[in-house]
Amino acid sequence: MTDFRTPLSRARGSGAAGHGAAHWVAERVSAIALIPLSLWMVYAALVVSRSDYAGVVGFVSYPVNAVLIVLVLLVSGWHMHAGARVVVEDYIHGMLGRSALLVLNLFLAVLVTALAVFSVLKVALGGAL
Amino acid sequence: MTVPARERPLSPHLQVWRWHLTMLTSILHRATGLALYGGAVIVAVWALSLGAGPEAYQGFVDLMASPLGRFVLVGLTLSIFYHLANGLRHLFWDAGLGLSVTASHQSGIMAMAFSVVATITVWAIGLGPGGL
Repeated sequence: MTDFRTPLSRARGSGAAGHGAAHWVAERVSAIALIPLSLWMVYAALVVSRSDYAGVVGFVSYPVNAVLIVLVLLVSGWHMHAGARVVVEDYIHGMLGRSALLVLNLFLAVLVTALAVFSVLKVALGGAL
Repeated sequence: MTVPARERPLSPHLQVWRWHLTMLTSILHRATGLALYGGAVIVAVWALSLGAGPEAYQGFVDLMASPLGRFVLVGLTLSIFYHLANGLRHLFWDAGLGLSVTASHQSGIMAMAFSVVATITVWAIGLGPGGL
């Protein structure tokens, strides 16, 4: 790969933004995790769509399935927050509007993820039947 | 924030450019990503209704089986497969691979074709006879 960076820039390792590339890397790492997780989620959605209530509860209660569903929720929750954040940062230029949307994005992503994770754990730990 | 001494030039925005494939795939990546944000809300409603009991869950199932529900679910299936395939493209680009015009056009067409074929396959399995 062509290297456009100067030796000093490489040594500082902070890039054009002036701070670390942690957000960028975290978005990619969560993307890699979501390759197998999202494919499994499509399979899980197919199983769930063809089951009645007791069948779905049984599927969610199976430990491997419960853990994989929670992982899908956590990693996709992280990834969608990171992705929507970049969209807001790219397109919304007003200080107030941008800040409000970034906070809303964080709160919404955490709330949606927390509600889903709690409900799945409740069902998996026997709270639904 | 410091006020700039003079107005800095902005890069040309969407309406200036002739439409081309890599531009379309990039816009679709963001659009499908935001659509999947909505999909996460639907998954949360699914989990909540499942935890709330059989009547609540039946309400969710009926909503998803309605024409609007089906339309949304097909859109989300397309979105998940497109975002997956195009995300893979982005990961290869981040590694410095497949950046030429020819390669990025080919992979863009492949990502779009994959998302359509995979969506048709999943819905054929989902609506078809027999179990999994």
